[in-house]
Amino acid sequence: MSSEYLLKLLRNGKREDGRGLNEFRKISFKTGIIKKAEGSAVVNFGNTSVIAGVKLDVGEPFSDSPNEGILIVNAEFSPIAAPFFEPGPPDENAIELARIVDRGIRGSNLIDFEKLCIKEGEKVWIVYIDIHTINNDGNLIDVSFLASILALKTTLMPKYEGKIIREEKVDKLPLRNYFPINISTYKAENILFIDPSLKESNLAEACLSICIRDDDKINSVQKIGSGSFSFEEIEKIFNLTKTKAREIRNLLSSSYIS
Amino acid sequence: MSKSNKIDLIVGGKRLDGRDFFEVREIEMKVNVVNNADGSAMVRFGNTTAIAAVYGPRLLLPKFLQEEKAVLRCRYNMTPFSTDERKTPGHDRRSIELSKVIKSALEPAIFLEDFPKTRIDVFIDIVQADGSTRVASINAASLALAMAGIPMRDLVVACTAGKINGCLVLDLNGKEDNFGEADLSFAMMYSKNRVTLLQTDGEFSYEEIEILIKELKKACEKIYEMQKSTLKDYYQKYVE
Repeated sequence: MSSEYLLKLLRNGKREDGRGLNEFRKISFKTGIIKKAEGSAVVNFGNTSVIAGVKLDVGEPFSDSPNEGILIVNAEFSPIAAPFFEPGPPDENAIELARIVDRGIRGSNLIDFEKLCIKEGEKVWIVYIDIHTINNDGNLIDVSFLASILALKTTLMPKYEGKIIREEKVDKLPLRNYFPINISTYKAENILFIDPSLKESNLAEACLSICIRDDDKINSVQKIGSGSFSFEEIEKIFNLTKTKAREIRNLLSSSYIS
Repeated sequence: MSKSNKIDLIVGGKRLDGRDFFEVREIEMKVNVVNNADGSAMVRFGNTTAIAAVYGPRLLLPKFLQEEKAVLRCRYNMTPFSTDERKTPGHDRRSIELSKVIKSALEPAIFLEDFPKTRIDVFIDIVQADGSTRVASINAASLALAMAGIPMRDLVVACTAGKINGCLVLDLNGKEDNFGEADLSFAMMYSKNRVTLLQTDGEFSYEEIEILIKELKKACEKIYEMQKSTLKDYYQKYVE
């Protein structure tokens, strides 16, 4: 489908698959899919598919937070997921995505880092979230964020007795009762829309990616792309983010996890 | 970055460096600080100093070539001696992301379509870091682009804001950035009234973000006037 045609549709408030501008594609997920990982989830928005895996390790805490566990988020745009993804170290887009997910999770206070302390100043749990794209059909940030949260919410901690005994799971990961959601709103020709397909995201000149918690607290904001926003557009996007995040939470609470 | 070990950042209704909540640090701007560059500038906010140099439009390796417009490349780099603990030299994940964010803040202002098949390089070195380095970088880069004679829709002007000990403030210094609850980086094309950077970290309510954006706009007006007068002063001597 040509970009001219897609733009024409957007101007009329339509999408190639019949959705409205503020409608998600079909969202589906499955948790606990990777048996070797302590927590995992695959999330699909339409044809976009991302796996997040949580692995736990024990290591030394940072000197400025001796009684807190550590979170490390990494994203890999695997070449299996798109013809233009190349093998090699993460590029600036993958790094940005990982850092947006990291800030959203950290800012939301979802993880109780103090409970991840084993011995102050010496040993703490390190939580690794690895994001791995399976198929890229747009909106990777939102899909990756949701996959990471679902993986965290289903993570089981292995036993620790001087060393990690991975076969024995003793506890859930210490999480607070929040459900942060990331919503990216894209803009093309002053038209705002969410959850773009890859072709639609190629039309967008800018994007505002916002992480928001259940209590409507904003945990991270990131402007992406070569375009700019008016103040009115920013206000509109914040309001849209609020309602869309609730929609995802409602959708997921019916198929209860955590 | 929210840290659990709290420290008092506000004492007697003032910030640790004596500023009021919405007071910006002393700002210094200089242009043409790097002779070899096509355009360059230095911007200092308190003890944060950024030097930006622009090279281009110049030839691009064929594989990066874009037929319809110039490619903007930005590199944000912290010098090893700019921080409390020596920073290992080289590009890390933070500086790769910041380079991208700075690029996306500058790009809307530049008429890249005037220079197809070329690249414009913006190199930024942080020689002293005391918070808000990315906005100092954007202010310096914007001046450097103007000095290089790159046609622009407007100057890009930037400032930070944040929440420290529950209070909303402008222009975070390093301590406030490290130990405060939340921070916000903001850039705009002032006369166009367009936002080109909005980035937050930590917990804000939407109402807090609204208040900060209003205050940031006021601060940006002053910084914008400074940028303009810096450029005017530089060229004044050629007129006289």
